[in-house]
Amino acid sequence: MNDLLRIEGLTIAPAADPQRLLVNDVSFALSPGRTTCIVGESGSGKSLSALAIMGLLPSALKRQSGHVIFQGNDLTTFSSTQMQDIRGKRIGMIFQEPMTSLNPVLNVGFQIGESLAVHLGLGGKALKSKVAALLEQVGIPPERASSYPDELSGGQRQRVMIAMSIACEPAMLIADEPTTALDVTVQAQILSLLAELKQRMNMGMLFITHDFGVVADIADDVVVMFRGQVVESGPVNDVLGSPQHPYTQALLACVPDAAGLKPLKPIDYAWLNEAAL
Amino acid sequence: MSELILSAKGLVKTYRQRSGKYGFGSTTIHALDDVAVSVRRGSTLAVVGESGSGKSTLARCLLQLQPLDAGEVYFEGSNLAGLSGSELRAARRHLQMVFQDPFASLNPRMKIGEIVGEGLLIHHMGNAAERRDRVVRMLERVGLSQADMQKYPHEFSGGQRQRIGIARALVLEPRLVVCDEPVSALDVSIQAQILLLLKELQQEMGLSYLFISHDLRVVRHMADEIAVMHRGRVVEQGDVAQIYADPQQEYTRKLLNSIPGQHRLAH
Repeated sequence: MNDLLRIEGLTIAPAADPQRLLVNDVSFALSPGRTTCIVGESGSGKSLSALAIMGLLPSALKRQSGHVIFQGNDLTTFSSTQMQDIRGKRIGMIFQEPMTSLNPVLNVGFQIGESLAVHLGLGGKALKSKVAALLEQVGIPPERASSYPDELSGGQRQRVMIAMSIACEPAMLIADEPTTALDVTVQAQILSLLAELKQRMNMGMLFITHDFGVVADIADDVVVMFRGQVVESGPVNDVLGSPQHPYTQALLACVPDAAGLKPLKPIDYAWLNEAAL
Repeated sequence: MSELILSAKGLVKTYRQRSGKYGFGSTTIHALDDVAVSVRRGSTLAVVGESGSGKSTLARCLLQLQPLDAGEVYFEGSNLAGLSGSELRAARRHLQMVFQDPFASLNPRMKIGEIVGEGLLIHHMGNAAERRDRVVRMLERVGLSQADMQKYPHEFSGGQRQRIGIARALVLEPRLVVCDEPVSALDVSIQAQILLLLKELQQEMGLSYLFISHDLRVVRHMADEIAVMHRGRVVEQGDVAQIYADPQQEYTRKLLNSIPGQHRLAH
């Protein structure tokens, strides 16, 4: 299998409390042109796993063991200078809050151009036309390059974030709850934009979400996390269609369906503890 | 057809907002633009819409937490907009609210017993022993215990705090409860627990709900009727199953089509 990214035995704990495993022996793989969704509830370790891939764990946390193999190289052995060449250039990132991840005092054209200038050494007219092309690609009129973040809507800001993250044509995109803060109609637009860009650029996309509806729309493969562990993973139709693990089954039973036909069933954690873990 | 517990019509609420260069200009925002809604006794009306559609303003204006520019709100026959301060306070016993953010809506310096019991005190309901008894019963009903009365909000998880918020609203035995995005800050497993709790309590206590939400999947499970808001107007209102099956308005169709989990995207 031609893996773009392979996580092997990733284990993370607070430096001060090494027994408390926040991410516990997590392994999964991502292929070019495919989307892997990590799905789980808050505290399941899904965002920490993504931060660890980028070498961006908070300093209070420590990766105890495990490897992050990206295009054949183990990123955990890279120096911080080497990682700078990976982040933003070969792996793009989008975060949840389009309000807080943009700098309010710089116009969006500058912010999109910044990584092009740093990583590719572009400048002057070449930079300007590349920024315009990127804005067009994400569905924003190029003349908005001179706008400041507060002049844009939430959806437009997330489009700007996407333009920034794909500027250097990365091989892989990490999107951490990119549509959670958005209205449902805007969410639908952003999801189809991401799916389209992934296909056109043959990117591998690691998509972190808590929403099974979003998973059903966008995932090729699914990794279900619970209390720091991967409880189930596989192709989306298998995991959603015939979930094998009791936690996945219980979590899916909590999700209200749009047709309103299925009764809601909350998770019985006592039962789950006995049944599975 | 059951009778209406709440009916409002001609609701108008505008805000002035600074605009233009350096904020010297001003524009008028129509948060509510001639809105009419009604809630049947014992049933749930869900108000759905995207951010800025006016759904939270509607909730606050119905409860007279914000003054209306125009319009009438009839609750059990009396016009809330015409009541004096003390009459309104008395009416509020029957009109309670459950808020979105279980972290911001509980006073961090008050114990749970005080938070849940405060409404009883304000409305002079029972003596100290009776009030305590009611608080204990309510806490137990929402899945907490007597021992929790001595604790502070920070000792609880988000889902437990939302249970406290529900206990605080329901201990007064209100008739109408406005739930403003009560589960949108919660994980999906906790969300299911809270939604089921709200439904059970509605049955037991004969409550009517005005349920504000942006989540159309949640609304489908909770509501009997829905009102779809867009830019300060109700664009469509009616039976929930009927509207989901056969939306009449373009905007409703667009909203329902955007519910994630219905279409596979490009591969």
